[in-house]
Amino acid sequence: MTWEVGSPLSIISILAVVIVVAAMLIWVERRLLSFWQERLGPNRVGYFGLLQVVADMIKIFYKEDWIPPFADKFGFVLAPAIIMMVILLSFAVVPFAPGVGVIDSNIGVLFMLAMASLGAYSVMLGGLSSNNKYALLGALRATAQMVSYEVFMGISLLGVVALSGSFNLREIVLAQQDGWYVIPQFVGFVIFLIAGIAESHRLPFDIPEAEQEICAGYHTEYSGMKFGMFFVGEYLGLVLISSLITVLFFGGWLGPAFLPPIIWFSIKVFCFIGFFILLRAAVPRPRYDQLMSYGWLVLLPISLINLLVTAAIILSMQ
Amino acid sequence: MFTLFKDTLVSQVVTLWKVFAKILVKADTVQYPEEQPYMFPRWRGRIILSRDPDGEERCVACNLCAVACPVDCIALQKTEDEEGRWYPEFFRINFSRCIMCGFCEEACPTNAIQLTPDFEMAEYVRQDMVWEKEDLLISGTGKYHDYSFYNVCGKKIGGKDKGEAQNEAVPVNVRSLLP
Amino acid sequence: MIILFYLAGAVALISTVAVILQSNIVHALIYLILSLLAVAVVFYTLGAPFAAVLEAIVYAGAIMVLFLFVIMMLNLGKFSVDQEKSWTSGRVMLVPAIMSAILLAQLINVLRNYEHSIDVVEVGVLEVSALLFGPYVLAVELASILLLAGLVSAYHLAKK
Ligand code: SF4
Ligand code: SF4
Repeated sequence: MTWEVGSPLSIISILAVVIVVAAMLIWVERRLLSFWQERLGPNRVGYFGLLQVVADMIKIFYKEDWIPPFADKFGFVLAPAIIMMVILLSFAVVPFAPGVGVIDSNIGVLFMLAMASLGAYSVMLGGLSSNNKYALLGALRATAQMVSYEVFMGISLLGVVALSGSFNLREIVLAQQDGWYVIPQFVGFVIFLIAGIAESHRLPFDIPEAEQEICAGYHTEYSGMKFGMFFVGEYLGLVLISSLITVLFFGGWLGPAFLPPIIWFSIKVFCFIGFFILLRAAVPRPRYDQLMSYGWLVLLPISLINLLVTAAIILSMQ
Repeated sequence: MFTLFKDTLVSQVVTLWKVFAKILVKADTVQYPEEQPYMFPRWRGRIILSRDPDGEERCVACNLCAVACPVDCIALQKTEDEEGRWYPEFFRINFSRCIMCGFCEEACPTNAIQLTPDFEMAEYVRQDMVWEKEDLLISGTGKYHDYSFYNVCGKKIGGKDKGEAQNEAVPVNVRSLLP
Repeated sequence: MIILFYLAGAVALISTVAVILQSNIVHALIYLILSLLAVAVVFYTLGAPFAAVLEAIVYAGAIMVLFLFVIMMLNLGKFSVDQEKSWTSGRVMLVPAIMSAILLAQLINVLRNYEHSIDVVEVGVLEVSALLFGPYVLAVELASILLLAGLVSAYHLAKK
């Protein structure tokens, strides 16, 4: 058992850590939100409420696992499984540290994009097979949002890919030894950040599940562990987007040598997770049409121009 | 262009910063069971039946509170002792229905029924929410210390005849011609 | 790798048959997505990772999403399921089944006489791009002009 990319030790520990971190984020988010709202948050179960997640899990396991009689059972059961699967698969290409990772793939970035695009099915199927108006509305919104923001996500990445000359996430990290890509690719970073929030439909872009408008959107009919899978899936998506931002724009595991690489990686990822939670605490939700027109009329031109300028500069430097 | 920039991007960043800075602000939360909050004396909580300064039950079973109660959760039955004092034979409040509105306190002519700042009334068994007179009756005067209904009313009871109450004139002898 | 190839091929075949036989259109579409993903795996095993990922992104991830999106808006209820059931029942399927059986027999016959083993040559992203911007640059430019036209018209529609 050694720390190599793709060794069983690596794979198992990544899976365990990622899932535990995603579950703990439920607690982290609630506490951080409450600090920003001058409250205390869950602090009763265990030290600082650390075991709150365990209590929540026990509760959710004992809930009735209810499939509505009017729902389409096939899609209803499939949907929460898809989101967990797709996001966990995306973690396969994330380079956590030298020697820690699942695969070292030459098409890492593309694989990540493919998985992100498959993630849309979970939301669609969940909403469509629930056979419920709110769920359908949520699914419609989610699909349009995810399909559109995938485009900007992909294009905003291409600047980084062009600079590093590789689709391999590990090589992208290594190419940042002389400076993080956030400086030359700041526009790309901002667009990727926004598209990432929209992809994982976190607040402020949680339009598919906007509680105040359409109940809980696409997972209105879900309860018990199936709802829990959507819930944990959302947090897994949060971890994934934060890791990807770290890898693509903030030099992944690179950092001064007094801390091991994996610690640098975790610190950066947690900074971004905290930032996402801060967004949730501070920024109100835009309207659906505002989101769409903002994406297509502002983000798309900017990201295309960014790609063009980057390519031109790279060409002229050669 | 500049105003658009200022209204959108800058204001978002300022919002983010202001919310982030809240992390240093002390939380408003009161850690309840360990740290008891200060309850104001006029808080409308658990209902009691008080006694007058002499230690007798204040309630005269007039049923006004039961009538005033919007959810009809008070039940009582009047009885009388040999001296002529009225008092309730039983007095029952169903706290699982009570909405702590305080109307009973407003309606009571004798200040007998009073709401107190105690709110910890949860029970595991619903039947335990029904309180009888023994549970309601306290040995003190509650919020009004000097008031005693029989001292101001004209009713004749043992040890107090007509006309002996405060501010009460001696009854006019209608059979006499003297002014 | 060869086991993966046959497995993915089998999944692709089975799910394609399921697409035809399913009477619920959403289920049929899910099988179609599965089939496309299986084809992507086949591409990967044949040494074309770039094509595999593009298959997943473009076909399974974008085009099928739009299909499902349209289905979602159409609100096909029980009626369409019944209609579909009646269309896939024995007698209606007879003639198409015979015709495709003839085609299948011909295909098998052709393939039997065509001895060829799979020799996997990995074609990475760089090779594909070199080809696209080398010999096939004209096709790429034409396609990009088409896309540009689409982009401009979409922009125009969105602005309205
Ligand atoms: S507080 Fe209101 S509801 Fe409760 S017993 Fe008195 S009158 Fe009835
Ligand atoms: S508590 Fe007051 S209002 Fe109610 S019966 Fe007794 S004296 Fe009357």
